Amino acid sequence: MIRFDNVGLRYGLEPEVLSDVSFHIPAQSFQFLTGPSGAGKTSLLRLLFMSLRPTRGQITLFGKDVLSLDRNEMPMLRRRIGVVFQDFRLLSHMSIFENVALPLRVRGKDAASYRHDVTELLDWVGLGDKLNALPPVLSGGEKQRVAIARALIDQPEILLADEPTGNVDPSMARRLLRLFIELNRSGTAVIIATHDLGLMEQVDARRMILSNGHLDVFG
Amino acid sequence: MSDQDTSPPPPTSPIVPPGNIAGQAMALVVAIMSFLACLTVGGVSLVGQSAATWQSQISREATVQIRPARDFDIETALVEAQAIAAGYDGVRSARIIDREETLGLLEPWLGGGLGLDELPVPRLVVITIDEAAPPDFDGMRVAITEAVPNATLDDHRAWVGRLVAMARTTTLAGLGVLALVMAALVMTVVFATRGALAGNHDVIEVLHFVGARAGFIARQFERRFMIIGLQGAAAGGAAAVAVFVVTGFWASRNLTSAENEQLSAFFGDFSMGVSAYVGVALVIALVGMLTMITTRITVLRVLYEIDEKRADPAM
Ligand SMILES: Nc1ncnc2c1ncn2[C@@H]1O[C@H](COP(=O)(O)OP(=O)(O)O)[C@@H](O)[C@H]1O
Ligand SMILES: [Mg+2]
Repeated sequence: MIRFDNVGLRYGLEPEVLSDVSFHIPAQSFQFLTGPSGAGKTSLLRLLFMSLRPTRGQITLFGKDVLSLDRNEMPMLRRRIGVVFQDFRLLSHMSIFENVALPLRVRGKDAASYRHDVTELLDWVGLGDKLNALPPVLSGGEKQRVAIARALIDQPEILLADEPTGNVDPSMARRLLRLFIELNRSGTAVIIATHDLGLMEQVDARRMILSNGHLDVFG
Repeated sequence: MSDQDTSPPPPTSPIVPPGNIAGQAMALVVAIMSFLACLTVGGVSLVGQSAATWQSQISREATVQIRPARDFDIETALVEAQAIAAGYDGVRSARIIDREETLGLLEPWLGGGLGLDELPVPRLVVITIDEAAPPDFDGMRVAITEAVPNATLDDHRAWVGRLVAMARTTTLAGLGVLALVMAALVMTVVFATRGALAGNHDVIEVLHFVGARAGFIARQFERRFMIIGLQGAAAGGAAAVAVFVVTGFWASRNLTSAENEQLSAFFGDFSMGVSAYVGVALVIALVGMLTMITTRITVLRVLYEIDEKRADPAM
């Protein structure tokens, strides 16, 4: 589904943050992307959802070469990818309900058609009683779950989550992890970027480990 | 937070955040510039209109002036000149300004209680002409001076020529000022819009990453910023119209007294013509279009930059 071939990335004139990174993400797979802080996890995810162009190498998303992709095609590809940003990126003037519904709204869907789905998903992440709250009044863990719900609302083929347990206590982290596993069982590929070893020990999953710009894949 | 609010979510709020300080600042700046632009439009329109009025009023008339002389029957000469003038095609009427009226004309300058016979005062025949088909002034001049050597015919052409030249210059200068003000308006609107948009880059980015098309994002912002721009422009335009109305009212109250007749002769009755109001409407429409186009271009450029973002400066 996603393939990197000898991808290199540098910021400015610094040494490469990623060098010769090659891997393949099969459909419906589950993997952790790990490595110490500053190893390049976020950078790699940004390459994955086309928020950054690689310095060299080839990236293939859903069978299309990203570098030669027409800009008009990008929104359609992005709609197949759900992203949970490390800093959430919720819109603070919109209620939680509206934040989660946003991906559907920008796809031109009618509010009546998604009301039920959005409410159900927010129930599932444990925020069913806060539909009308605004993001600024939420705790870190609650924002995290809103961000996850927004990434999932249109049933993406792949979910990218950047440190999704970074702001929550261990029991909430376990809950979120179970949520990702459940999601994966229903057919969505999942990549979780984390440096939390405790989290990874709870699941026997593929591990992509970044260190010194190189990527090693285990499992 | 134990709020048990599970009622259906409220109506969907706009995708673009509602008004903020940047939006208000933009509306204010646009309002001020629109006000100035509308005033300039009004001023230019007033000058143009007055110039047209002067020209037509003055060229609608001609005068025969007859100087008195010893042993000269001025009354007979006046009747003679009147008859000659009235005989020409293109002359609507020829009227002798009689003694009383002449006295009335001179009173403000010379004071009352004058016997005209005691003073060698010239007398006038006012000829009203058909502007569309003016009479043959050269022929008339020759005929009148042959019959009455003391008479001179003034067709006001020198005056009209000078006035037209002056009016043209004034109107041109006004148009020049208008062009400058409009250029400033355009730039102000563009920069104010971009400034107000700058605070929304994160919103643009989020919409982008949840899969919105560029056109969709641009439309959301266009609508909002066009409304802000139109509000500002409408406020500025309304203030300018208020100035027009108040000036017109003030002029109609104050400029009718004799001492201000010269002012009103120059500027008509200070009432704005249709062109001024059309101009105000055009300024408002222009601002609306400009904010919309600027917003669209800016949003699309932000999106382009996100799409083309590279970490390395090479290439
Ligand atoms: N926008 C940026 N400009 C310059 N350097 C950056 C930028 N983003 C990340 N980096 C650098 O790239 C390296 C990898 O960062 P990042 O991908 O955020 O790592 P991680 O997510 O694994 O902590 C770090 O050394 C960081 O300083
Ligand atoms: Mg990171």
